[in-house]
Amino acid sequence: MRQKHVAVIARVVVLFCSFLLSMEEVSSQSSSSISAARTPNETPDFNGIWQALGNNYWNVEPHAASPGIVRGLGALGAVPGGLGVVDGGVIPYRSEALVRRNDNFSNRLTRDPAIKCYLPGVPRATYMPFPLQIIQGQSHIMILHEFAGAVRTIYMTDQTEAPASSWMGWSNGRWEGETLVIETTGFNGMTWFDRAGNYHSDQLRVVERLTARSPERLSYEVKIEDPIVFTRPWKMSMPLYRRAESNAELLEFRCVEFVEDLIYGHLRKDQSR
Amino acid sequence: MYLLGNVLVVGLVVGGVSPKSAAAQSAGRIEQLSGTTTPEYVVPRTPDGVPDLEGFWTNQTYTPLERPSEVNKAFYTVEEAAEIEEGRFEREVAQTSPGTIPDVHYDFTQFGLDRSQSTFARSLRTSLIVDPPTGRLPPLNTIGLERARKVMEERERIGGRWDAAENNQLDDRCIIMRGAGPPMLNAGYNANYHIVQNADYVMILVEMIHDARIIPLDGRRYPSGRVRHWMGLPRGYWEGDSLVVETANFNGKNPLEGSSDQLRVIERFTRVSDDTILYKFTVADPDTWDRSWTAEMSMKKTIGPLFEHACHEGNYGLYNTLVGARLEDRKADEEDGLQGPEE
Repeated sequence: MRQKHVAVIARVVVLFCSFLLSMEEVSSQSSSSISAARTPNETPDFNGIWQALGNNYWNVEPHAASPGIVRGLGALGAVPGGLGVVDGGVIPYRSEALVRRNDNFSNRLTRDPAIKCYLPGVPRATYMPFPLQIIQGQSHIMILHEFAGAVRTIYMTDQTEAPASSWMGWSNGRWEGETLVIETTGFNGMTWFDRAGNYHSDQLRVVERLTARSPERLSYEVKIEDPIVFTRPWKMSMPLYRRAESNAELLEFRCVEFVEDLIYGHLRKDQSR
Repeated sequence: MYLLGNVLVVGLVVGGVSPKSAAAQSAGRIEQLSGTTTPEYVVPRTPDGVPDLEGFWTNQTYTPLERPSEVNKAFYTVEEAAEIEEGRFEREVAQTSPGTIPDVHYDFTQFGLDRSQSTFARSLRTSLIVDPPTGRLPPLNTIGLERARKVMEERERIGGRWDAAENNQLDDRCIIMRGAGPPMLNAGYNANYHIVQNADYVMILVEMIHDARIIPLDGRRYPSGRVRHWMGLPRGYWEGDSLVVETANFNGKNPLEGSSDQLRVIERFTRVSDDTILYKFTVADPDTWDRSWTAEMSMKKTIGPLFEHACHEGNYGLYNTLVGARLEDRKADEEDGLQGPEE
């Protein structure tokens, strides 16, 4: 009897604590949300050049620093540690998908699509170590990436289903109060989440939520759904910081030229070149 | 149809029709271009109060950059222009005829890549170049000629097209399209653009190889001459109802008609009707020509959206052709081996 009481009390305490925690989560979100500057269309103004910091582009899951895979690069090619950006720390892979992820990791030097300057996909493009620029037009919001010149058009008015599959997917957006919500589908399943082999299929559906936390900072939350690869939807979140240099500008990173030797070099007639 | 000074202007958009019927419909609805907007046209404005250039546009045209050598006038008659278009339509349709050599290439008409099925700007002009008045590029100066000679020498030195990936044209390598610009020339097909504006930038997305031109309007300077881009660095401003974009800091690796990294391009975008932007550009390069030259054309409103043009990612053609070339090499070596060394 007494044990039962203890169990009930314990359960109530746990529930109350989790309630407090969820309150904390909600309140921390609402209190730190600001009323962003407005565009002439009265929507929050996210125009600008933004960039994610941290080392999550190496691996979105928590990871310790480790040596690089290209020996000659020494400390410069080594992987810095990261606390991870995945809610709960671990991506909920299906068991067979986890095997493939681990295999991807072992073979990342040849399998990572970004090494070949392929379009990085979504959300990976957002947190690569390159800036992105948001340009808000009247019916489209452009997200322009320095890496590989990757481009996303967010359809705010003339929304359609993805006409075919693509590397960067097909994005429809809407405003929910202070938050820009972007739903992206129509992926070709050939992109990864990071440099550690974390991957998805062409059934990927990405829902991103961008909210201003200060004039210089956006919060970026992204929900990932892909029933082929994951047992349940999962989330990542991180800040995007405004590039504050007065001359900040996206520069060309036309990397196709830089990977020609990697992709086609062995097909050269004169191998001494 | 309306009169503009003493220039007859007729707008037309052809879209989504079969090549033959488009050709049949074409007669008589051809425009001449002019540098000014019609007095009665009120340019639409964005909520920021500047001219609204947003939307999907194409500068597809049959008009060549330079006036053909056998032509010695600035404008065709309507009948002459229609006849030339008819000839071009027929050549494009021929690409779909089974068993013909052109048919081995893409089926342009099946995929709607031919001009006859796309919206295109029609013009009586015999060339896009309006200055020099000959409609032709100025001659290369001594520096330009010397560079052209070196380019030819280098081409000889590097060997055949299928000896290495880098021996191919930039567009076959999916690095950049020749017409990506600036100036934005209609290089073959998909000469489509998506313009999006905010208060501080104009963005022009070139469909081919998803090249986005991000044009700051805040009067900032060009960066150090060490920072050079394939497409140069653009700086823009509004002058009356025209968007003016000046581009410098080219890397010179995608030359425009033999230009160098000293190329400078000034483009002027003026909306002259609901479905037309007049696109005029002046090109100068002291290391190539002794004078600047100017061309103009229309950008016509077209239907969106633009789909992702992932050229490099799908470049099986370059890879497989190189594989084929190396197999041929090996076969030739084996045959030589069978014959044995010549006595």
